[in-house]
Amino acid sequence: MTSRSYLYYPGCALQHRSHAYEVANQAVAAELDIELVELDDWNCCGATEYFTINRLPAYALVARNLALAAGQDGGDLLAPCSACFLNLYKTDRHMKQYPALAAKVNKALDAGNLHYEPGTVRVRHLLEAIITDIGLDELRARVRRPLYGLNLAAYYGCLIARPYPVFGSPEQPTMMDRLLEALGANVVPFSLKTYCCGGHMTQISEESAFEMIHRLIKNAAESGADALVTICPMCQLNLDIYQDAANKHYETNYFVPAMFFTQTIGLALGLAPDQLAFGQEFVSFAALIEKIQDAPPPRTRPERRPKQALPMPAMPEEV
Amino acid sequence: MTAIRTPTLYQQVVDSTPDGHRLDICLQCGTCGGSCPSGGDMQHTPREIFALLRAGYDDEVLRSNTPWYCVSCYACTVRCPQAIPITDLMYTIKQQAIARGYYDQHAAAKFSETFVGFVEQRGRSFEFGLATRFHLFHHPLQSIRLGMVGLNMLRHNRLALRPKSIRQMEQLAAILNKAKELAAKEMQA
Amino acid sequence: MDDRRVGVYVCHCGHNIAGTVDVEQVAEWAQRLPYVAVARHFQFMCASTGQELIEEDVRELGLTHVVVASCSPLMHEKTFRNACQRAGLNPFLFAMANIREHASWVHPNDRDGATAKAKALISAAVSRVLRQNELEPIRVNIHPATLIVGGGIAGIQAALEIADAGHHVYLVEREPSIGGHMAMFDKTFPTLDCAACILTPKMFDVGTHPNVTLLTYSEVENVEGFVGNFQIRVRQKARRVIEDLCTGCGTCWEKCPIKVIDEVFEAGLGYRKAIYRPFPQSVPKYPVIDVENCTYFRTGKCRMCEKSCPAGAIDFDMEDRIIEFEVGNIILATGYKLFDCRRIPQYGYGRLPNVYTSLEFERLTNAAGPTGGKVTLRDGETEPKSVAIIHCVGSRDRNYNRYCSAICCMSSLKFAHLVKEKTGAEVYNFYIDMRPIAKEYEEFYHRILEEGTHFIRGRVAEITDAAHTAEEEGKTIVVAEDTLLGRQRRIPVDMVILAAGLEPQADAAEIGRMFGVGCGTAGFFTERHPKLDPVATMTEGVYIAGACQGPKDIPDTVAQGAAAAARVLGVISQREVTLEPIRASIDESRCSGCRICNALCPYNAIEYLEAEGVSRVNAAMCKGCGTCVAACPSHVITGAHFTFEQVMAEIDGIMVDVYSESPTAPLAEIMA
Repeated sequence: MTSRSYLYYPGCALQHRSHAYEVANQAVAAELDIELVELDDWNCCGATEYFTINRLPAYALVARNLALAAGQDGGDLLAPCSACFLNLYKTDRHMKQYPALAAKVNKALDAGNLHYEPGTVRVRHLLEAIITDIGLDELRARVRRPLYGLNLAAYYGCLIARPYPVFGSPEQPTMMDRLLEALGANVVPFSLKTYCCGGHMTQISEESAFEMIHRLIKNAAESGADALVTICPMCQLNLDIYQDAANKHYETNYFVPAMFFTQTIGLALGLAPDQLAFGQEFVSFAALIEKIQDAPPPRTRPERRPKQALPMPAMPEEV
Repeated sequence: MTAIRTPTLYQQVVDSTPDGHRLDICLQCGTCGGSCPSGGDMQHTPREIFALLRAGYDDEVLRSNTPWYCVSCYACTVRCPQAIPITDLMYTIKQQAIARGYYDQHAAAKFSETFVGFVEQRGRSFEFGLATRFHLFHHPLQSIRLGMVGLNMLRHNRLALRPKSIRQMEQLAAILNKAKELAAKEMQA
Repeated sequence: MDDRRVGVYVCHCGHNIAGTVDVEQVAEWAQRLPYVAVARHFQFMCASTGQELIEEDVRELGLTHVVVASCSPLMHEKTFRNACQRAGLNPFLFAMANIREHASWVHPNDRDGATAKAKALISAAVSRVLRQNELEPIRVNIHPATLIVGGGIAGIQAALEIADAGHHVYLVEREPSIGGHMAMFDKTFPTLDCAACILTPKMFDVGTHPNVTLLTYSEVENVEGFVGNFQIRVRQKARRVIEDLCTGCGTCWEKCPIKVIDEVFEAGLGYRKAIYRPFPQSVPKYPVIDVENCTYFRTGKCRMCEKSCPAGAIDFDMEDRIIEFEVGNIILATGYKLFDCRRIPQYGYGRLPNVYTSLEFERLTNAAGPTGGKVTLRDGETEPKSVAIIHCVGSRDRNYNRYCSAICCMSSLKFAHLVKEKTGAEVYNFYIDMRPIAKEYEEFYHRILEEGTHFIRGRVAEITDAAHTAEEEGKTIVVAEDTLLGRQRRIPVDMVILAAGLEPQADAAEIGRMFGVGCGTAGFFTERHPKLDPVATMTEGVYIAGACQGPKDIPDTVAQGAAAAARVLGVISQREVTLEPIRASIDESRCSGCRICNALCPYNAIEYLEAEGVSRVNAAMCKGCGTCVAACPSHVITGAHFTFEQVMAEIDGIMVDVYSESPTAPLAEIMA
């Protein structure tokens, strides 16, 4: 396999709050011969907050990163955080779509001796790059510890599914489902796979946030998931550190660890838990590792439908 | 009962949102309101906000908690049968609320402000500072419980006590200042 | 100057032209163009008074040519040609300048510009008309037979109207039986009479009518010719059942061991055998063998149907049959296809078992359907206690189809009634706007209101199985904003019916191309005029009826079927049809016989005469498209009414100096 190189925009969350994600990304990248070259002197993407306060500076804030990336010329720009991904992607796209906006943003960038020509940097999410560029077959071949026996719910959250359909369906994407299957796990049907994690509502209205978090952990648990697999530090944060509080609020006791997808890949590639920063999570992964079996569980026969049952419509892979 | 109103906010919101003019073709079908994960806690559903906006109830729109409860999940945007950029319109309404001095009423506005403050100082966000400053100022009671979460995060090595800054802070500051200057001009026009 | 005298008439078209173009000034200016004897402006040239103006001037002023500056020739060229003819002028000495679509409508905010453009267009028409020649229309006989494509209720109605009037009809249907979607329904709104009871007698009549040749399990493969004289080729797929021997007794499908999901007639909700007849009242009554699923065709073994057939009617070796015939007119009645609800994943169709489509529900509630008419959940036995009906699925939505599908409000009301009647369940109808807009429809809506159906005004956001509260556990939850309350509502129900929209058939564009019929933005066939000519098309002799033209319910579909038949009967009764004499002709004395034109002609109207070594145009088949004229390397093909001189004169005329006091086309003298 040839090694691949990308520009990498880790984003603020991965510095501390979700440092485990960063550790896992680096470990998995090394294992897959991927070079992640950090974008030099990148700044915050503004999350969902800056656009609230002032639109133009928000675009300029993001565009500085794009301009730096264009200057550094290191390949596609990968973001592991959904919010960072969307802000970078959207700013590039809006600048391309609205030349008047692009002109203003560039006027601002000019104050810092920078310039960005919309369309020059291809912004991608880490998950999509791994699936598209490495490919599931390659990944499958590299699995050393298949995740047999693990029931996982693929949780996409909002910002990579919407508003731009870079991941297929904005409602029921299947990209990560296929990835987790390739790792040997059993992927449970998870109705709320693109439902919001609550975002910043934990800071604004706990009641609202708990309701959203609770819905997710409840539905995941009821779907038979041993864990949720996430691709966004915000989702992981809400599901993980607020799981206990959400449980208390609703007087329930769901226990659904939320794992970063690179931690899941790393586990299947045979990396040790401490190489993947296990233990930084609030809802412990320990029991999950115990659950992995040596052989694939026997295939359960699909439940026999009663004779009078009406046929279900056939479903294509993804519509 | 009020007489016919002259909507002023509507045009401004629509004009300063990419593709915002699509709001003209809103059918008031309620797909946005039904899709909103925090819609249950909003004072008005997004659809109602747009109806109020169109009818010129500017004050009610700017006072509403609705845009501040938007979690930016874009569910409404992708489902809207008229392809109206609802999430982006919510951002614009929030900016208008701040610009027109309705800012004090919303905790969310302060959260955003605090966040942006850190970014403007250091180029990066800083959770510990954000959480402490925001909550100590605005939710002193809640901050005790959240303090527990914070301690727990520290224990799990997930909170940095000292903020990091980017190297070329002056460059970023210059860019943001210029952008703010341009934005202010935009507002006046 | 010779004695040619042109009359120019500038139409106000009410406000349409005069609102933007200064018609008075234009007429005054046109008066000064060479050869123009009179130039007038008038409020409505197409009105009888306007036409009489032309007639009087021709007679009294001795006009030799006429130009009307008004709307598109598609609209009124015929009108003014007829006026010329009545005044004794050859109608082809008339030209039209389109100063509405090409000037006033497209430059509504530029009065001076539009006025200048109108002058240039008139100058072009004058310059051209002076070089036009007298032409005589071509008359051809009309073949009295008619081809009808599609055996749904529209095609059936049209076929019966024409056949009853004594003319022959070929009715071609793709499926093994006629009947279309209507045959799948149980009840029809607003009267709730049984669909089968009102449809099957008509199906039977078509099947037995002496004037109808019924070609089921067949598709049109090729169409050639023109109005009055179409040559049709149909492929009749092999039934592998000999119709002359088969009695339709049903032993074969009883014995057939292969069960297949019936995606067509049962909408995927029921089964059929590998040898099957879609439904008991099928016309014709003979089954077909589905080769893809038949064990014999897959493995070479079985032959259960052959062994069991008491009449010896099974013929595994039967082959497709090609049938060719001539007709004078064609009616397309190819119907619609249902919107694929899987395209809206948040509605859960295909994922959540108890979400049905409207067609599935039609089968569910049909006494001849898979449950014998019992309304049940997907398990086939549990009766629902609560049902949600979702309007506008895939319609009125820019992500899917922008248009309103017209029938869903009423069929959703019908479903509400049927559910209540059969199960007593609570029914929730989610709608954006109620549109019960035809006779007795509003009354039907009121009846459903009285029956206690809950109406929630709000487009459904999502349908989910993710329960949030105890009462939602195990239910299918419909989430919407109740826009009349301004509240989010989650309604847990046992069953959901999606009132899916109507779409053009998947192959509508292809069929359209074959018959020379265009498709609009939504993909439905385009009528000649949306208001005044709803069943004709831009191709003479080809008509459309029913849902292939746009979503419509049964009453409107039947009306269109009958309307198309009336148009066809009108053409047949004329016995002959007049064709535009705008045809290509080849100067055979100068033709080199290179045959480039032969292959390029889209209508196969050019034949090569081996003996003479030249090509010749068949005037009856030529449509005057001009392809050969442009392609001929020797420039010896001429298009009548579009000669080189005429086209050049028109171009010369348009380059007039519109600001000149004594306007003249720049090259007029040289050209003349």
